[in-house]
Amino acid sequence: MSTTTPKRILIAKPGLDGHDRGAKVVARGLRDAGFEVIYTGIRQTPEMIVQAALQEDVDAIGLSILSGAHLDLFPAIVEGLQNAGLDNVAIFAGGIIPKQDYQELEELGIKGIFGPGTSLGDIVSYVNDI
Amino acid sequence: MGENVENPKSKKDWIDKVWSPAVEKRKERDINFSTTSDIDIEPIYGPEDLPDSSGSDDIGYPAQYPFTRGVQPTMYRGRLWTMRQYSGFASAEETNTRYRYLLDQGQTGLSMAFDLPTQTGYDSDHPIALGEVGKVGVPISHMEDMEIAFNDIDLSKVSTSMTINATASILLAYYIAVAKKQGVPAKDLRGTIQNDLLKEYVARGTYIYPPKPSMRLITDLFAYCASETPNWNTISISGYHMREAGCTAVQEIAFTLSHAIAYVEAAIAAGLEVDDFAPQLAFFFVAQSDLLEEVAKFRAARRLWAKIMVERFGSKNPRSQTLRFHTQTAGVTLTAQQVDNNVVRSTLQALSAVLGGTQSLHVNSKDEALALPTEEAVTVSLRTQQILAHESGITNSIDPLAGSYLIENLTNQLEQEAKKYIEQIDKLGGAVIAIEQGFQQREINEAAYQMQLEIEKGSRLVVGVNAFQSTEEPPIEILRIDPKESENQIARLNRVKAKRNSSEVEAALANLSKVARSEDNTMPAIIECVEALATTGEISDVLREIFGVQKEMVVF
Repeated sequence: MSTTTPKRILIAKPGLDGHDRGAKVVARGLRDAGFEVIYTGIRQTPEMIVQAALQEDVDAIGLSILSGAHLDLFPAIVEGLQNAGLDNVAIFAGGIIPKQDYQELEELGIKGIFGPGTSLGDIVSYVNDI
Repeated sequence: MGENVENPKSKKDWIDKVWSPAVEKRKERDINFSTTSDIDIEPIYGPEDLPDSSGSDDIGYPAQYPFTRGVQPTMYRGRLWTMRQYSGFASAEETNTRYRYLLDQGQTGLSMAFDLPTQTGYDSDHPIALGEVGKVGVPISHMEDMEIAFNDIDLSKVSTSMTINATASILLAYYIAVAKKQGVPAKDLRGTIQNDLLKEYVARGTYIYPPKPSMRLITDLFAYCASETPNWNTISISGYHMREAGCTAVQEIAFTLSHAIAYVEAAIAAGLEVDDFAPQLAFFFVAQSDLLEEVAKFRAARRLWAKIMVERFGSKNPRSQTLRFHTQTAGVTLTAQQVDNNVVRSTLQALSAVLGGTQSLHVNSKDEALALPTEEAVTVSLRTQQILAHESGITNSIDPLAGSYLIENLTNQLEQEAKKYIEQIDKLGGAVIAIEQGFQQREINEAAYQMQLEIEKGSRLVVGVNAFQSTEEPPIEILRIDPKESENQIARLNRVKAKRNSSEVEAALANLSKVARSEDNTMPAIIECVEALATTGEISDVLREIFGVQKEMVVF
């Protein structure tokens, strides 16, 4: 019943891995929860993700990666977003990300990290609170 | 407690007189019980659930058509399955050390994991390889990397499986060239190359070229190996990744065999005789958690494939009709919570693979929902296989669950349901057209989403995740790849490029370009390239220019 426009969320898959089950399930879960969702598909470079965020004018970006390249690719994406003036776009992440890396990613500004076993409900409420 | 009825005369009699009154007094735990493929499971099965008399030949005997009970006459009494832990990481040196460790620990075959740049046709120094070098597998940019990976491993003795698809021809060329340097002739090489692009478009995502040229590279490899490497499996037609992406057991059989049909048709269209190349086709399935459905799945797939080969393709050679398969336990069932439970999950899954008659097996490690496995975790996986092989007793008789009313009934149902799906794919125009229309992709997405909703609702329980949770757990020790490895890898790439004869490289790449534009077999030209020290990226670039690149059809 809300009259406000729904938040726009970009679900993106940086890196070369093709494991897109999680990204697609989250994309669909967010869509079913009433958000506008854009899914990039696999094998996105940091530049492609920044471009998509700009063009689609999104409120948040969810990054899904299972290859272990997150500590190289996420900083490049954050930097690209800052350079494009998109500092206020919230970034969250999921996939195979060891707990040991959470602090480094949080310091980058990636506040929501959702590992294996996360319920869709938790991600929906995170996005609601952005 | 049921009523004390004298001698129920049939299953129906027992249901009516014993089971129904009991359920009326006390409800069962659920309204209905079913497998992952939504096949209803009844409270009991009896003789009336076995195939009718006209179909009873279907159970048959091991090593006899239609091979329901196994492909070899002695199965594990003769030789155990090949214990093959999938590995490769960091660098060719680290990978070589892990291979030699696993062989020392009693592993009986190698299974090579490549990093994503290698899988998608980029050298380690390409900008798109940033962060990916050595992460999910070993980086192989040129022949010297491959030589190091197999240092002190005799390629005439070991059988090697390579999980490589879009760049399969290149990696097989490296392997053949390294063997030649070791003095091992190609005809003595034993192993398997995955080389299955159709499932890459559906689920795994490491394709480079569009389907048509991919099919050409695949059938070129079939033709080359039929004459040059007769002991090499030229493809591993894989249901594993589609099931991991979310499909059901029935869909796993149906999609895999429909892909297999497409490959056989493509090879026949390229002028090959079915019984010349089909003996070298191999398969790859998951072992998921529904133990009885999985055992039935392996048996049903074997039977259905035998019938397809005989009835559709007129195969006369029994070796072409036998579905020989590798199995891996289900990565998707590994939980990041209470990781020790994953050892138990993987053991149960591996049990189904052995009861189902697998030819080789990989057991996942407990820490793989977090990172690549540590050496300690991989050792437990190998020990799991050895315990099943040497302590459980299940290897003493062939197809030990045969004749179980439930197993035989479920085997039949899975076969029939999979057959219907294959007919549906045939009606769409075959697997390639179905992929281009996104049919399999949509079916998989839908099944994956529904499963997630069941977990959200709690109608499907995952121990430690949505039930029986523990409080905060301390992080466990995981394998980390040293960033230095990537720098060393790129330094070696530069050294190789500096020392090679560049006119020889250019000539070999130019010849490949010419061959790829013609109808000639690409394999000899690719071998010439790798021997001239051309790189994975350079060879792939030549083919990209001629074949074009596949764009993803994004559906969710």
